[in-house]
Amino acid sequence: MGAMSPALTFTDRGIYCAAGDFYIDPWRPVERALITHGHADHARHGHQHYLATHAALPVMRHRLGEITAEGIGFGAPLQIGDATVSFHPAGHVPGSAQIRVEVGGEVWVASGDYKVEADGLSEAFEPQRCHHFITESTFGLPVFRWQPQARVADEINAWWARCAAAGKTAFLGAYALGKAQRLLTLLDPEIGPILTHAAVENTNAVLRGQGLTLPDTIAATAEIDPKAHKGALVLAPPSALGSAWAKKFGAQETAFASGWMQLRGVRRRRAGDRGFVISDHADWNGLLSTIKETGAEHIYVTHGYTDIFARYLTENGWSAEVVPTEFEGETLDAEPAA
Amino acid sequence: MKRFAALFNAIDQSTKTTVKVAALADYFGAAPDTDRMWTIALFSGRRPKRAVTTTKLREWAAEQAGIPLWLFEESYPIVGDLAETIALVLPPVETTSDRSLSDWILFVRSLGDVEEDARKAAILDAWAQLGGTERFVFNKLITGGFRMGVSQKLMTRALAKSTGKPEAELAHRLMGNWHPDDTTWEALIEAEDASADASRPYPFYLAYALEDGPEALGAPDDWRAEWKWDGIRGQLILRDGQHFVWSRGEELMTDRFPELARAVDFLPPGTVLDGELLVWHPRTESPASFNALQRRIGRKTVPKKLLTEAPVVLHAYDLLEWQGEDLRDTPFAERRALLEEACADLPPEAPVRLSPQLDFDDWEDLGEIRSVARDENAEGLMLKRADSPYLVGRKKGDWWKWKLDPLTIDAVMIYAQAGHGRRANLFTDFTFAVWNGNDLVPFTKAYSGLTDSEFREITKWVRKNTLQRFGPVRQVTPHHVFEIAFEGIQASPRHKSGVALRFPRMSRWRQDKPLQEANTLEDLNDMLRIYG
Repeated sequence: MGAMSPALTFTDRGIYCAAGDFYIDPWRPVERALITHGHADHARHGHQHYLATHAALPVMRHRLGEITAEGIGFGAPLQIGDATVSFHPAGHVPGSAQIRVEVGGEVWVASGDYKVEADGLSEAFEPQRCHHFITESTFGLPVFRWQPQARVADEINAWWARCAAAGKTAFLGAYALGKAQRLLTLLDPEIGPILTHAAVENTNAVLRGQGLTLPDTIAATAEIDPKAHKGALVLAPPSALGSAWAKKFGAQETAFASGWMQLRGVRRRRAGDRGFVISDHADWNGLLSTIKETGAEHIYVTHGYTDIFARYLTENGWSAEVVPTEFEGETLDAEPAA
Repeated sequence: MKRFAALFNAIDQSTKTTVKVAALADYFGAAPDTDRMWTIALFSGRRPKRAVTTTKLREWAAEQAGIPLWLFEESYPIVGDLAETIALVLPPVETTSDRSLSDWILFVRSLGDVEEDARKAAILDAWAQLGGTERFVFNKLITGGFRMGVSQKLMTRALAKSTGKPEAELAHRLMGNWHPDDTTWEALIEAEDASADASRPYPFYLAYALEDGPEALGAPDDWRAEWKWDGIRGQLILRDGQHFVWSRGEELMTDRFPELARAVDFLPPGTVLDGELLVWHPRTESPASFNALQRRIGRKTVPKKLLTEAPVVLHAYDLLEWQGEDLRDTPFAERRALLEEACADLPPEAPVRLSPQLDFDDWEDLGEIRSVARDENAEGLMLKRADSPYLVGRKKGDWWKWKLDPLTIDAVMIYAQAGHGRRANLFTDFTFAVWNGNDLVPFTKAYSGLTDSEFREITKWVRKNTLQRFGPVRQVTPHHVFEIAFEGIQASPRHKSGVALRFPRMSRWRQDKPLQEANTLEDLNDMLRIYG
């Protein structure tokens, strides 16, 4: 390894650190994988050794089954070969981290997925000073700007209350890990009972098990009697809305909670009754303010509107480039769960 | 505008017709007269003229948002709607106001009369005080493209609900040449006599397509058959010595077809005919193909030469008013008899012809007549129940169109482009090619016919199989074969393939068909020889 070679490089297996011989969120099986968070496109099957935050590990074990994994606390430095590694809150979902890698005084941060607004559930985002910053750009367009979550919470609760008053069950579609739990903390339990689809409830159980406080929920199993839960809100993955399971609940309205709901076309195409704009990713302003706060001169844009975002950064004085990625779980092509 | 924005949200947030109608009816019950009038006007296509070019709006919006214009332009196709893109990039509101809808429309119309600097200042000021949906609605008003998932039919139903008046009566009242400037809610909706306007047409009765054969319609004796012409549906109104020509889309076309002016010489005032405008070959006494009519469509004034080359006549098939009396409740057979009487003595120079009825003994007989429709330059048959009244809008049961099966060809998708609005971010607009030796020659575009889930599937595929990008257009790997259905074919020197199709759409995604087995240019040329 020459002195000039960068601390992190982009390979067809993912982000690689030669100094420590490890990968970050690799998408092909590797010996040693450092994982930013437990979403399926970042934490994949088949690696020999996993390293993630203590808070991210339970969900990973739940999803990946038997893995050889090690936990690490936020902010604790760890020497791996010639690299010093530490994990810092990314604010995306509980346990999610940015991974800071320092080799010979050169600092890189691989931020995985991140959001800037503190959601009260995930460890709050902490920008890291660095020379090289790897950023997502899922919502890297100026048309994406989020409202404070308290306002979205008011909208959701008002909708739920109206559904309940009209004798309808409110179905809210959201990604089972992260978004669903964040929504749980925003719901007003005074309005009615909160029911959960199995995919959501299983994740709830894992997160409760590691000490997170979530409101009381009732598992909406196949045997549940919908009539016994008047005025309920059912939290489910988007794929479960409109299914035979959901139809059992009779009169209902459906809504989706996702950053993509910012776009009227997407909202109408999903053909739900409502779309609530709430995302676990940084919006346009969040991406830009973060990049400024890192002080980094070199920006690598990995997924989302990469070409457009990198061009904008370049025009504004950064050295920015697009790096290829296989993360695609939360782009508009996929389920709009972000 | 808050009330109107709330209405917009209520409509936009529901896919259920009942909810939309209820929201509109509530609005009509609560809004002031001028706002109600403008709401009716907007939902019936009477929107204010566009006062600012969209080029300027894009520039000003980017400038206000503090982003370069190229970034705005990149965002626009992803959002899929210009008014929405502008609303989303602009900074949050500074102050709020609540001027009424009609007040804002007045504002938009005043923009046409001022210098560009003043226009810009006015728009920036409006943007600064309108937030959320209001800003979006305002942008829709200034860009002139006001469509929001409310058909005129749905609005009429809501008006009926709110006023207690019959839907058919309201539909008639809303037809014709009115404008919020010249009339009032009282005159348009409430007044006893709504027929004062001589130009006012009757709402068109529209037929449903007969999917299977006519056997299920019952006894052939109860039905009358006519050619289904491939022209422009029109209503010719003769009242008070004047004449008016209306399209089905409620467009006044009187000036476009000056030859119809002579109708007043041959038919008495108080006559309203429903029929088809067709280009007519005077020598052969037969209608020309749609291609001939196409030269007349879209021309607001007609040069003399074109008038002699492509003269238009009305093929009348129904009589809606006779001697000033509304005949719509009279059974079709009786209306038809009166129509035949009215047209009996028309000389060849009259711009009106009686559209013939076709004699048939049984359904099988009629099926054979239908099979030669293309020879008559017709696109199939119309079946009308002999005792049916003339209804309003598209109603099942009394009128059916029994069209010929479309022509089809199997073609290869070579370019894809994303749609707008609800279809933004979905690749829905495709260019298709046929083989010419080893080359693929593009010959048509098509953007309808697939289900939403098929569009989602093809969208994923397009993203992974893009060879090259030309702005919003993507060249894709030739791989997928689609069956393209169309209604007609004509020679076109402007197209690389030398042909142009009428109403092309994707009738089937031929996932079973290998690329090499798509049709060829020679096949297309054969079709041109037979049907062109």
